[in-house]
Amino acid sequence: MPVEIDIEHVAKLARLDLTDDEKVRLREQLGAILEAAAKVGEVAADDVPPTASAIERTNVLRDDVPDASLKQEAALMNAPDRAGDRFRVPRIVETGQ
Amino acid sequence: MTELCDLTGTELAGKLRAGEVTAVEIVRSSLARVEAVDDRVKAFLTLTPEVALERAEAVDLHAATGAPQSPVAGIPVALKDVLTTKGIRTTCGSRILQAYVPPYDCTAWVRLSGAGSALIGKTNCDEFAMGSSNENSAFGPVHNPWDLDVVPGGSSGGSAAAVAAGEVVWALGTDTGGSVRQPASLCGVVGVKPTYGRVSRYGLIAFASSLDTVSTFTRSVRDAAVLLGELAGNDPRDATSIDAEVPDYAAALAGAEGLAGLRVGVIDGTFGDAVQPGVRDAIRAAVDRLQGLGAEVGEVNLPHADYALSAYYLIAPSEASSNLARYDGVRYGFRAEGEWADSVAMMSATRGQGFGPEVKRRIMLGTYALSAGYYEAYYGQAQKVRTLIIRDYRSAFERFDVLVSPTSPTTAFRIGERADDPMAMYLSDVFTIPANLAGVPAISVPCGLDGAGLPVGLQLTAPVLEEARVLRVAHVLESDLGLRLRPPLLDAA
Repeated sequence: MPVEIDIEHVAKLARLDLTDDEKVRLREQLGAILEAAAKVGEVAADDVPPTASAIERTNVLRDDVPDASLKQEAALMNAPDRAGDRFRVPRIVETGQ
Repeated sequence: MTELCDLTGTELAGKLRAGEVTAVEIVRSSLARVEAVDDRVKAFLTLTPEVALERAEAVDLHAATGAPQSPVAGIPVALKDVLTTKGIRTTCGSRILQAYVPPYDCTAWVRLSGAGSALIGKTNCDEFAMGSSNENSAFGPVHNPWDLDVVPGGSSGGSAAAVAAGEVVWALGTDTGGSVRQPASLCGVVGVKPTYGRVSRYGLIAFASSLDTVSTFTRSVRDAAVLLGELAGNDPRDATSIDAEVPDYAAALAGAEGLAGLRVGVIDGTFGDAVQPGVRDAIRAAVDRLQGLGAEVGEVNLPHADYALSAYYLIAPSEASSNLARYDGVRYGFRAEGEWADSVAMMSATRGQGFGPEVKRRIMLGTYALSAGYYEAYYGQAQKVRTLIIRDYRSAFERFDVLVSPTSPTTAFRIGERADDPMAMYLSDVFTIPANLAGVPAISVPCGLDGAGLPVGLQLTAPVLEEARVLRVAHVLESDLGLRLRPPLLDAA
């Protein structure tokens, strides 16, 4: 059975505006894709450990010494809007009432 | 007519060494080919002729001193537009990065550039490397040089087509689920996906970080060995890059004439109904040749391969949904027009306008698979399947030295044919995905044409860090088959 998805909720989590047409199409397509993908549950027994990366490297460290990093101007060069040396964005926190 | 740009990198390096040609002549030949065919092939999103010519002049000056040259010096190369290039627009085939100019180079390009490579341009691809046909690019499809009405494969379709058409001698792509091997197969060129971590991912704009690999397109296996040798090696900027010595891949090809004693496992399903008859015939003939060259051929079953596609379409979108969260309308050029009540409204609108349908589909899929209440059933289970796939390969490699299968179940399909059916499109990668999940190296090498005159690729897979083994076997097969693949486009008036 196709999986039922709350498209509005998932789109909100993904910070993704969707048109009504997109919502209808995605509800149908994701339902079918997830129905097929759920197959993974058939073989993934409790005693099988998960693998996050096939070639595991752990504790990859470097010496804690300062190194050259991206210059401020380079970091800001793609900003669609800036205020001096900062990225400008619409307000994030509520002000006043 | 065969031009300089139709030769292999190895041949050109030889001519440069002998003083028979200059790097400037080689680069001009490449640029002339782009001029002649790219209005039809549409492999490039950005051309960098001045960068290439300046580099070629420097290489020629250096050569005049008699100093030794790198085998990649002066050779025209293209980079898939998901690899960052300092000061050169890098779009990922996406509207959301249409104006993005990276402030840094990816490590792969640092290495090639440092060795004198001549960058011809940045190539078209499926948006954020998500796709198998190159139809998901925000800048339009790429056309296969073998037949302009069919797809070049994807997601690295522009790089594959550029190499097939002689616009460049070789190119880099990225392979997350088959995105280099499948287009290599469909365009009749050699595609190598190295072991995960063999080549640094630094500056590869992330799609699925646990699967992404920088991979190569060349017109010969020897060229693939040369190019991989330049790219491979540890990089402190990528904590997942492997700290192991890099063998001399090109030297490993020397003296490789027969395949006596090589144990070849033909993967179950290779001659199944899901594989086109024309592909089956070409693969069967190639396997017969391997046997004729002395290999012992047997059958091998990867018991969990049927689950690989499902696991992949949970793991890759999950990682993508996280990686692509950074495109928020603040740092990468594109922001939706309008007055916004708050930042979340601006971000959601920017992402809604900036991403195309396939990217939205995968962001939604991944967000759902990682969300509270569903994480264990989808992402968690998929990670267990990855363990099972790794075990499958391990036990297969106890019996066999290399595994073979078709690279793609079909030859190149018509543009538009699968565009509205994501599930059918995802099946293009059924033979390539397991190697990404297990991290093992694999190559696609051309092994013939189907009845319609479209190329078929044979996939060879070896254990972790055994790139030299697949290169050697592919080289022996390539020499034995003696195919001279040249798209008809190049000889048309």
